[in-house]
Amino acid sequence: MSTMTRHGAALKVENCGKTFADGTCALARATLDIAQSETLVLLGPSGCGKTTLLRIVAGLENPDAGGRVLFDGKDLTRQPIEKRNVGMVFQSYALFPNMTVADNIGYGLKIRGVKRAERAARVAELVVLTNLGGLEDRRIDQLSGGQRQRVALARAVAIRPSVLLLDEPLTALDAALRERLRGELNSLLRTLGITAIYVTHDQAEAMELGDRIVVMRKGAIAQIGTPREIYFTPADRFVAEFVGAANIIEAPIDGTHLVLPGGRQPIADSGPRNQAVAMVRPETIGIVEAPASGLTGVVDSVRFAGDRQRIIVRGAASIPLTVDAPNTIKVHAGERIGLSIEPNSIRLLPAEG
Amino acid sequence: MSHISFVRLCLLPLASVTAAFFLLPMARLLLAGSEGPRGLAEYLAIILEPRYRTTLLNTLVLAAATTVATLIIATIAGLFLQRQRFPGRTILVAILTFPLAFPGVVVGFMIILLAGRQGLIGEVSSRLTGDKLVFAYSIHGLFLGYLYFSIPRVILTIMAAAQKLDPGLEEAARSLGASPWAVLRDVILPALTPALIASGAIAFATAMGAFGTAFTLATNIDVLPMLIYTEFTLAGNLATSAALSVGLGVMTWLMLALARSFAGSSVAAAG
Repeated sequence: MSTMTRHGAALKVENCGKTFADGTCALARATLDIAQSETLVLLGPSGCGKTTLLRIVAGLENPDAGGRVLFDGKDLTRQPIEKRNVGMVFQSYALFPNMTVADNIGYGLKIRGVKRAERAARVAELVVLTNLGGLEDRRIDQLSGGQRQRVALARAVAIRPSVLLLDEPLTALDAALRERLRGELNSLLRTLGITAIYVTHDQAEAMELGDRIVVMRKGAIAQIGTPREIYFTPADRFVAEFVGAANIIEAPIDGTHLVLPGGRQPIADSGPRNQAVAMVRPETIGIVEAPASGLTGVVDSVRFAGDRQRIIVRGAASIPLTVDAPNTIKVHAGERIGLSIEPNSIRLLPAEG
Repeated sequence: MSHISFVRLCLLPLASVTAAFFLLPMARLLLAGSEGPRGLAEYLAIILEPRYRTTLLNTLVLAAATTVATLIIATIAGLFLQRQRFPGRTILVAILTFPLAFPGVVVGFMIILLAGRQGLIGEVSSRLTGDKLVFAYSIHGLFLGYLYFSIPRVILTIMAAAQKLDPGLEEAARSLGASPWAVLRDVILPALTPALIASGAIAFATAMGAFGTAFTLATNIDVLPMLIYTEFTLAGNLATSAALSVGLGVMTWLMLALARSFAGSSVAAAG
């Protein structure tokens, strides 16, 4: 398989909502375009509707009347999952305990009536790709969590699906393994070049894996964008706080400055308003000698994290500011310091309605 | 008193009950089986004597048929009841498991009411065809009774097992293109196998040894428990009935042991 080939279908989710029988709305009507070989991440807290949206694409849930799901322009809304040619990876992996690793991987091919020899060749190819060599004849309960995750992935990919659907595939693993497998999964998705929808509540996963991220909240889409767009220009306060760490400062505006308790802070874009909700990422705040004019504050606490240090500064803004500073800077609690923030890195958010 | 001897003391009641009501009668039974005119050959007679052999085979066939029919009916019903939510479901489950409350005699009586000489089936068939259909007092009636008796137990076991099934398994199989039949064959039935073996073994043991239903239906039904009863009370043949009892016990126990080794889980004896 070459690294440059594109696989899978282009997807269109059109006007798909989901209201359950008891009247609860799990998903407000949403429309999404997913390009061929794109990895789209659905990101949000639990109960935000991301899994419902994934299950609608899979064919495990029907959208409310009027919603449509198209694969390469073909309307598959009425087709059940078994007719859609989708590869699914579940949080529980859902591997067949009565089959070996090889039988699990080859199951979809067997169902499709692929000849034994051809099947074995495809399984062998996937065993190599997912680094499962030597485990082909193992039973599922003899595998580690990471190995199970790879078998689930190999099984889903074996059928050359139109789209790969991953529902929190790393959540069941412990933190260290999760980080390592995230990297493996990322390079595998790039190698396969397949259209994929990836559901997660972990923003670090979303950042690393997604070509684009759909941030969801309470059954509705909050923002769609590339990881950089989501991170640097969040649409609202929810997105800003959910993706990465953020200082959300509410302050009056005086022309081109935020008026803060610790001094005046220049900003780039203010527009015609006099009250701002501004987002400042911790790593964009620089620590300097306390200046004669400009923003100052008092160090409240310093947490050393090896590669950086997280400093909480009081008195600069209406809330304590979180600052991620290089690990070489020496400050201590109670010290008065100056804060330098690049005007461009301050993002004004819409006031909450 | 040391800890060990205290524990031993605690086990004393169990030990004495086991000795008095299990070990001693078993030993006596084993002995009685060999004290007839034929001696130990009495045990061989279970297989060699044509009448006994026929009864043994009849009982085995009845037990096997009951087990298979129960498993098929109860698996379908159990899966359906576990997956579907509809009004009246709880009541239906309660009604289906109602027979658990009945002893074998009552079940036999109900079979007579259904398929006996004054039974419902006879009534209907004589109106329709002029022929009165009566099968309560035969091995067919017994089959029906055991079916009635075993289905609730198996349904409950299947429902409990189906509830523990990860719904993702079925969804994964479907995503790979599996039809409902393939899902049943490759995912659901393999997952239910331990439960099927365990509850099937109980159904089998019940059908091998249950006496009350058979006795209520007729005294001349050709199954092992009835044979033991008639040999003992009517023919006064203590040695033969003892040998047959041991034979029945050993066969049923073997069946349960076999099921237990396959299922790997606890299979309780019943009947």
